Amino acid sequence: MKEPVVKLMQGNEACTEAALAAGCSFYAGYPITPSTEIAELMAERLPIYGGRFIQMEDEIASMAAVIGASLTGAKSLTATSGPGFSLKQENIGYASLTEVPVVVVNVQRVGPSTGMATSPAQGDVMQARWGTHGDHPIVVLAPSSVQETYEITIEAFNIAEELRVPVILLLDEVIGHMREKIVIPDKDSLKITNRKKTDARPEDFLPYKADEDGVPPMADFGTGYRTHVTGLFHDETGFPTGDPKKADALLRRLHEKLDKAKDRITLVEEIETEDADIVLFAYGSSARPALSALRQARELGIKVGLIKPITIWPFPEEVVDRVAKKAKTIIVPEMNLGQLIREVERASRGQADVIGLNRVDGELFKPEEILEKIKEVR
Amino acid sequence: MATEELLDEHFRVETMPHIWCPGCGHGIVLGALMRALEKSGFERDKTVIVSGIGCSSRATGYLDYDTLHTTHGRALAFATGVKLANPELNVVVITGDGDASAIGGNHFIHAARRNIDITTIIFNNSIYGMTGGQYSPETPEASWATTSPYGHIERTFDLAELAKAAGASYVARGTTYHVNPLSNYMLKALKKKGFSVVEAISGCPTYFGRKNKMPTGTLMLQWQKDSAVPRTKADKLSAEEMKGKFVIGELQDIDLPEYTEEYGKVIKKAQERRR
Ligand SMILES: Cc1ncc(C[n+]2csc(CCOP(=O)(O)OP(=O)(O)O)c2C)c(N)n1
Repeated sequence: MKEPVVKLMQGNEACTEAALAAGCSFYAGYPITPSTEIAELMAERLPIYGGRFIQMEDEIASMAAVIGASLTGAKSLTATSGPGFSLKQENIGYASLTEVPVVVVNVQRVGPSTGMATSPAQGDVMQARWGTHGDHPIVVLAPSSVQETYEITIEAFNIAEELRVPVILLLDEVIGHMREKIVIPDKDSLKITNRKKTDARPEDFLPYKADEDGVPPMADFGTGYRTHVTGLFHDETGFPTGDPKKADALLRRLHEKLDKAKDRITLVEEIETEDADIVLFAYGSSARPALSALRQARELGIKVGLIKPITIWPFPEEVVDRVAKKAKTIIVPEMNLGQLIREVERASRGQADVIGLNRVDGELFKPEEILEKIKEVR
Repeated sequence: MATEELLDEHFRVETMPHIWCPGCGHGIVLGALMRALEKSGFERDKTVIVSGIGCSSRATGYLDYDTLHTTHGRALAFATGVKLANPELNVVVITGDGDASAIGGNHFIHAARRNIDITTIIFNNSIYGMTGGQYSPETPEASWATTSPYGHIERTFDLAELAKAAGASYVARGTTYHVNPLSNYMLKALKKKGFSVVEAISGCPTYFGRKNKMPTGTLMLQWQKDSAVPRTKADKLSAEEMKGKFVIGELQDIDLPEYTEEYGKVIKKAQERRR
């Protein structure tokens, strides 16, 4: 194995490099701050490896193009921010129902609307979960450093490929633009997952018949299987059905395949929660000042812990439940007016006080203001 | 090949019966496409057919190919991903007039502008069929639709002219009445490198016809026969004389750089610079 490479890198750049390392060979996007560097870097880097980049006419088209590309077997990425993320929603739902692996990056900025294009926010946490219509399954990951962005981008591709789901990677303006030291692991040391391909004979192939794990093996377009892919509810053959039983079975399976993989795909870091009276629950760039506040509080002798979810959907409710049993208070700093806190409240089931700390001014939390809150609730 | 054999060859006969109403022209358009596909020599396992949403877009479900039934208006955007990711594949798009010109109008313009090697067949039945007869950008002026209960006041969008202006390599318009030339245009479109469009004027007796004194398939065909003017003849007619009529024939056939081939050059350049 070769030595890992140490570099100074921007989050958006780390995302691009990791996508390439994960085997991404197709990118379609539409420029929008603060995600544009991903498109620019992909335009430059993809063709070097024989991959393909296209700047589409809008985000709706970009989302459509990555789904089309993925159906030919190409690992595909698109990146955007707030307004563009809204435009992608209908086709994200399409990918969810048709089980097409794609990774969608949303580098969050302040909204609603055009908002503040160059300032970070965490206002799209619920949209990432529920942005498209219908009772769909989705996976949402939120790294909190450049290093994590690299690792979690690879994870995003792995989950998308393994489970045939769209995976949303939620960055924010700070994570996307910040430059940090990053250790790029040697290619050979990376765990890369590729989608399960069918080995059935074309005449026997049922494109939506799932294995034990709930995931149907795929057949790429152009390989002789002549599959039908539709956003209408369909049965195992892939053709539309209006049969209530089959419709019910389809939607339940889509959720169950995530449930079955939940332990593996729900990534959560716990820092000093063991003996903590006060636990911070923070994700993305809010986890950074939260960790500093934890250190400062510990120095003052206050027992503070941190739950740092990287997977925010599916929500790590077991961890919150367990921690809430011991902790007195859970503080949830978010750069929104209280979105994921509702899940924390639900999962902690009244066992601990849950208190929000919120900023929507496009500024990061300072460790001091989180420490203040810790002192206040002590 | 006899029609029966062609059906067996190109259709998923087990998905029949289709959803189209009696007298609907979409089956005629699809039949013309089937004959063109047969003659094209396209390998069926290397051909992907993509559609949007609408009565016409349901056609993909019936065809024994790799088929992709997408979201309303977005077929060309999905198809662009398919074609660019694997340029070896033949890509055909089936779309309705509303699908192509209203919600999908921008994708249509940009697919033509890129001149990406996709063949687009527009099933133009002058109306939104699937949703029950609301006007589309193709609805003829002064006709009736459920959303123009006082008469339609918008001008009709000429999609063939739009495709020409946006830079499509091949553009033709035919009708379900003139079905043999229609199929021939489709064959030429399939074989043409670059973005090609065939607009097929189709009949919707149920929703368009009924509100416009043409409530049967035959009356819709009669209207097509009476309103279609071959290009050579239309060139000599004044705007006044062309009122209420439309041009049929081959409207553009030019050679321009094709998008995925151009991107192939980008890959070469990127790799050379790297070396
Ligand atoms: C985003 C979205 N908006 C609206 C619809 C409803 N809708 C379905 S088909 C259709 C129009 C279809 O008309 P056209 O494209 O002309 O095809 P036709 O049914 O006449 O063949 C509409 C408006 C939809 N499915 N999706």
